[in-house]
Amino acid sequence: MMKFRFRRQGTDPQREKIKQELFAFNKTVEHGFPHQPSALAFDPKLELMAIGTKSGAIKVYGSPGVEFTGLHADTTAVTQIHFLPGQGRLLSLLDDNTLHLWELVAGAPRDAGGAKREGVVCLEEVDCYSLPGRPGIESCSATRVTVLLLMRSGDLLCVGTEGGGVYFLELPRLSLKESQTLLQDQIIQSLPDDYRCGKSLGPVESLQEHPQRPGKLLIGYSRGLVVLWESTSRRVEQLFLGKQQLESLVWERSGNLFVSSHNDGGYSVWAVTTGNNVIHQPVSSTIPYGPFPCKAINKILWRTTQTGSPVVLYSGGMPRASYGDRHCLTIQQDKEHVTLDFTSRVIDFFTVHGVEQDEEFDEPSAVVVLLEEELVVMDLRTPGWPSLPTPYLAPLHSSAITCSFHVSGVPPKLWERLANAGRAQQGRQPAHGSWPICGGKNLAPPPKNQELLLTGHEDGTVRFWDASGVALTPLYKLSTANVFHTDCDPSDDPQDPSDDPDMQQEEEWPPFRKVGCFDPYSDDPRLAIQKISLCKYSNKLVVAGTAGQVIVLGLSDERSAHPVDVSVVDLLQDREGFTWKGHDRLEPRLKPASFPPGFQPLVLVQCVPPASVTAVALHAEWNLISFGTSHGFGLFDYHRRNAVLARCTLHPNDSLAMEGPLSRVKSLKKSLRQSFRRIRKSRVSGKKRPVATPTSKVQEANAALAEQEDVAPIQRRIEPRSADDSLSGVVRCLCFADTFLRDGTHHGATLWAGTNSGSVYAYALEVPGVGSGRACERGAGEGGVCVEAVLGKEIQLMHRAPVVSICVLDGRGKPLPDPYEASQDLAIAPDMANAHSVLIASEEQLKVSAKTKFKLTAHEGCRVRRVALVAFGSVAQEDYCEHTLVCLTNLGDMHLFSIPGLRPQVRYDCIRKEDISGIASCVFTKNGQGFYLISPSEYERFSLSAKTLTEPLCSVQLDRPLHATPASDSTATTTPPQANGTHKNHVGQAEGRSEESPSALSSPILDTPLDSPLSCADLTLDSTGEITVEDVRDFLTTVDEAENNLKNIKEEEGRSTGILIN
Amino acid sequence: MNKTHRVPSNRSLSTVEVKSKFGAEFRRFSLERSKPGRFDEFYGLLQHVHHIPNVELLVGYADVHGDLLPINNDDNYHKAISTASPLLRLFLQRKEEADYTFGTNSLTRKKNTVLSAVLLRPDATRKKPPVIISLPRDFRPVSSIIDVDILPETHRRVRLYKHGQEKPLGFYIRDGSSVRVTPQGLEKVPGIFISRMVPGGLAESTGLLAVNDEVLEVNGIEVVGKSLDQVTDMMIANSHNLIITVKPANQRNNVVRGGGGGGGGGTASGSSGRSSDSGASYYGYSSHGGVGAAAPAPSHIIQNFPVGELESEEEDDEDLVIEVGGEAESAGRDPADYGMPSLPRYEPHLNLRTPSALSVNGAALASGSSGPPNRAAEMRSLEEDGTVITL
Repeated sequence: MMKFRFRRQGTDPQREKIKQELFAFNKTVEHGFPHQPSALAFDPKLELMAIGTKSGAIKVYGSPGVEFTGLHADTTAVTQIHFLPGQGRLLSLLDDNTLHLWELVAGAPRDAGGAKREGVVCLEEVDCYSLPGRPGIESCSATRVTVLLLMRSGDLLCVGTEGGGVYFLELPRLSLKESQTLLQDQIIQSLPDDYRCGKSLGPVESLQEHPQRPGKLLIGYSRGLVVLWESTSRRVEQLFLGKQQLESLVWERSGNLFVSSHNDGGYSVWAVTTGNNVIHQPVSSTIPYGPFPCKAINKILWRTTQTGSPVVLYSGGMPRASYGDRHCLTIQQDKEHVTLDFTSRVIDFFTVHGVEQDEEFDEPSAVVVLLEEELVVMDLRTPGWPSLPTPYLAPLHSSAITCSFHVSGVPPKLWERLANAGRAQQGRQPAHGSWPICGGKNLAPPPKNQELLLTGHEDGTVRFWDASGVALTPLYKLSTANVFHTDCDPSDDPQDPSDDPDMQQEEEWPPFRKVGCFDPYSDDPRLAIQKISLCKYSNKLVVAGTAGQVIVLGLSDERSAHPVDVSVVDLLQDREGFTWKGHDRLEPRLKPASFPPGFQPLVLVQCVPPASVTAVALHAEWNLISFGTSHGFGLFDYHRRNAVLARCTLHPNDSLAMEGPLSRVKSLKKSLRQSFRRIRKSRVSGKKRPVATPTSKVQEANAALAEQEDVAPIQRRIEPRSADDSLSGVVRCLCFADTFLRDGTHHGATLWAGTNSGSVYAYALEVPGVGSGRACERGAGEGGVCVEAVLGKEIQLMHRAPVVSICVLDGRGKPLPDPYEASQDLAIAPDMANAHSVLIASEEQLKVSAKTKFKLTAHEGCRVRRVALVAFGSVAQEDYCEHTLVCLTNLGDMHLFSIPGLRPQVRYDCIRKEDISGIASCVFTKNGQGFYLISPSEYERFSLSAKTLTEPLCSVQLDRPLHATPASDSTATTTPPQANGTHKNHVGQAEGRSEESPSALSSPILDTPLDSPLSCADLTLDSTGEITVEDVRDFLTTVDEAENNLKNIKEEEGRSTGILIN
Repeated sequence: MNKTHRVPSNRSLSTVEVKSKFGAEFRRFSLERSKPGRFDEFYGLLQHVHHIPNVELLVGYADVHGDLLPINNDDNYHKAISTASPLLRLFLQRKEEADYTFGTNSLTRKKNTVLSAVLLRPDATRKKPPVIISLPRDFRPVSSIIDVDILPETHRRVRLYKHGQEKPLGFYIRDGSSVRVTPQGLEKVPGIFISRMVPGGLAESTGLLAVNDEVLEVNGIEVVGKSLDQVTDMMIANSHNLIITVKPANQRNNVVRGGGGGGGGGTASGSSGRSSDSGASYYGYSSHGGVGAAAPAPSHIIQNFPVGELESEEEDDEDLVIEVGGEAESAGRDPADYGMPSLPRYEPHLNLRTPSALSVNGAALASGSSGPPNRAAEMRSLEEDGTVITL
């Protein structure tokens, strides 16, 4: 069908060029905390920290804004990372026993913010190695790497293995020095007979190089034996006959002592004295949390200080019975003893301390602890060891994220006030100045305008993040729980637990101290935030939650204890015969709570029945909010504090919505029955299977095929959507617009609502004193006049698909500006002279009034999930800007359409289609960027715009030439490394796409299937469409192909009749 | 005029008695049953006998079942002549009037899709606007096999019309794999298959689809490379006018194409009767263009999607807009097209019943399946009728 259009029109090269200047897809940066971290490393010279994840990603962080990402080819867990100090290289060990060498290499000079930035660096894998093992499982486990040690000289890598052998690799070439390999037998020979016992020494648990004398190695075996090995002369210098199973070793700085930590929760200090070859007993041995059985101390650090008494830090070692389930790190110095109590597992930790050889003491300044869900840094120089706020790696998911909202171009005044409120919340915490990890240099230009990302959480908080730059930093936190009575009464505003002085815990042993803010437990799931809307000009915020609560908040710089007005809106109206079996509504607090500076609640509207709010809209200029649930929608005037409208959208047959989320017994029963039926069916078919009588090969093949098909009988029902599908009344979107609803000459306030069953309701509003319509004529002076809503129109979409979004386009086909923008001259005034049109995006099609329609699902088989109108700026012309409809489908791809013509522009693969939560969490900015969750704790930031890009641009001062080997240089892509641990195939796609995007754009016909309507990227009717030679050939080949295919089919049909399964 | 003299009704098989009604006037004449001539001659004759030489007419006749059916091409003219027993009753109407009656208001049209011989007893129901059956596009389309002449014989393109019926589409699809013969030998490729029929559903009752048929295309879009869910969504999105190209699991009932040339000339195209109104622009399926060589006339390669029909489909798909309040006018839309001021509230439109049509379908099919050669012939006539009338 499309072929004829191609032939007639072709593509317009000029339009293609403009599209290249407007659109480009890039995944730029990941915000938040890496999901499932598994390894940690620190380069004290460059002051860079690396985190490896279970999905094979490596992320390197320096000073705020400096970050590099790398992704292993395999999605295998990174078990260890080691920096080659000062070289900008690092080694990673994966779970599949391979070693990988990474380098920071120079990227191409990037054009950023109008200026060329030289010296941009990115992380790249340059080498890979795995220890040779004899084939077979046994030998494989023997050479399984347990520990790595980089010698200070920087050219030798020691590898400890499960089999007890220590191998030596030359760096940076990663070649095995066969002659130096130290097998366990060699050590066993030098052991005293009574210690030998004929047993193996177990895997190598720790390798530590002597801090003062290079070439001397401390090798710790699992069984407890520690050997001081002289690697140059290849002999055992000293033996320390430990009896307890070994966990880790650490040298004291002088090299006279070392400390070993053990399986029984104790640690021992050993003296390294000359002259004595075999040492049987440690100098001292302690089980800090004894005497009852304790868990192992996994890692211990021993740092000397000027004051004389060392700082000892160790993880684990808790009494097994009473505190065995705690995740703890102990810091001890002299009498001071703190047990940091974390909410998630300790992965690894390191101290930041002086590394210069000539310094006498370590003088640790901070300890950095990587937990499974967050990063905690404790300041060791300040007495009391307070925690430091992290400027990046914020745990977005400290309570689960339930929704997000983006505001671009935040006015400086609002920004300032928010920042102040945030600072007041953080209280006495020091500024970021003392952040210990400051490597690298951020080359990115300062953001042109401020961007806010608001995340709603399960515990009823809304967090405001500074999303202007690469590092997502917390700005302000708003809690809505204090509006309600909950089980744990939040009488005082919740503060970071780390702030709490542990007065009450002082007496307790061990001296626990709660650290970190990851708190996955919600007091009341009804508090969860579902929808957020913020007006950046009037500083009004609307927050709506799971129990039908809608809270209007205003920004205030003063603490206040005002009462909150409560209104209840019955959305069921006069519908009878339904009972809500879901949760109760939240009980508002009666006595006024004291609200800290920041956003303070003004009005609380509670929907009845208290179903989760599914849509909100805010028009601060008219003082109106609208909210929708699964039962209907309401309109509320928060200025006059009265409900204007409540409309039930329920279909009479829809019983599920009425009963609430708790009563799904029926469907469960049904599904159980179905699954039983399936089991029974498979059993029956199994019995029926005839004994193989291979009369012919064809029959056999048929049987095999039939059998295979029996295995997965997934089938889908083909039925048009009907009105009585369950939850058809769910309000999916709401929108306010100043447009023509009554007639073609008078515009006025309108409210639009769209439901799950394809119904659109349009109301004409009369807002006193607002608008040029009739409201004005009647006289705006009347103060007591209420807002009125009159139903103007009901539209039933024929295909009954859920309405995802509604917006009104002005006479020029541009989206209407936000409230206040037009009246305050902040945006170009909308064209009110020509007829407006309504853009209705349903799950299946996009439609601009009655004029144009694009049936996305009918063509592509994908459904619309998210829709946004985005202004794309051109890279070539400063002031050229196009409004484009961006549409994210359930297959995770982005379709861009021109408006109001709805012509497909470009299509990009963005999110894996299996990643349903990622697709559901996607938010778009107004200038062509977007965010989606790639894990519970990470937002991926992407850009669809060629102009607006927020990506890390950073450099690191290295003393080696930054240019890697020529082979890898060629792959130094212009795209930033888009690693993202959770989906690797995806990254490959994205990179592939972005690399070939120019060609893809210039010939969209080649890129997408011919039948696809999207393949005609943009067909302007006026283009004469000169057929170039390539075009013709392309056309012909496809015809040939089609013919060939048909021939094939015919041939196949001719021959294959016997194989058909009848 | 002499031709219009009353001929005694001798009930001989050689002549057909014709009673033609235009407005309030009747004319009677007779035609030779064996040599009816062509439709345009007949049309001229009608204009002549009614003395309305320059009036454009819609010609309808009452068939044996009492249904009002149109005469607008050679085929249905011949059909009318051959089935007339003993009297052929004709109803003429001015085209303008008819167009006025069958306005673009989709809802009234849907109501009128039920064919009732109102005009046969004009005195019975005066209040209702007269239902006139005229051009094929005014008919309620029914499910059918289409595009027989452009598809390979092993494939079948089925149009399922769901409109205005309470019957569910009534089928399920599943993933599967089909075996293809390639130069390398047998190769399994993933495919989408029909897995189950709902008894009494549209798919089952029309008999056009069967379990294990492989779905190749949905409304002209190949399903290769699409997931089961994607294909499901495509089918549901197109469910108002679903066109599925299948490779039937049972290849024995395939439509056998006629020998081309001779008889095929006039009848190969199901839309021949409409070719005059559907203009030059046709939509076709690119992927099967090559096979069209087997069809007798190249001009028929692309067919069955005349523009008018597509438009009407679009129109059917139009959303329902209810204006509330008398003075309110639609802002963004063209009010004339979609306004429904008479309805105060929205009522689901699905309760319109069409009792007669499907039973007719079923009967025709049952008789058609009596023998393979007959069946083939039936298929052909079925294809000829295409979306035009009933089976």
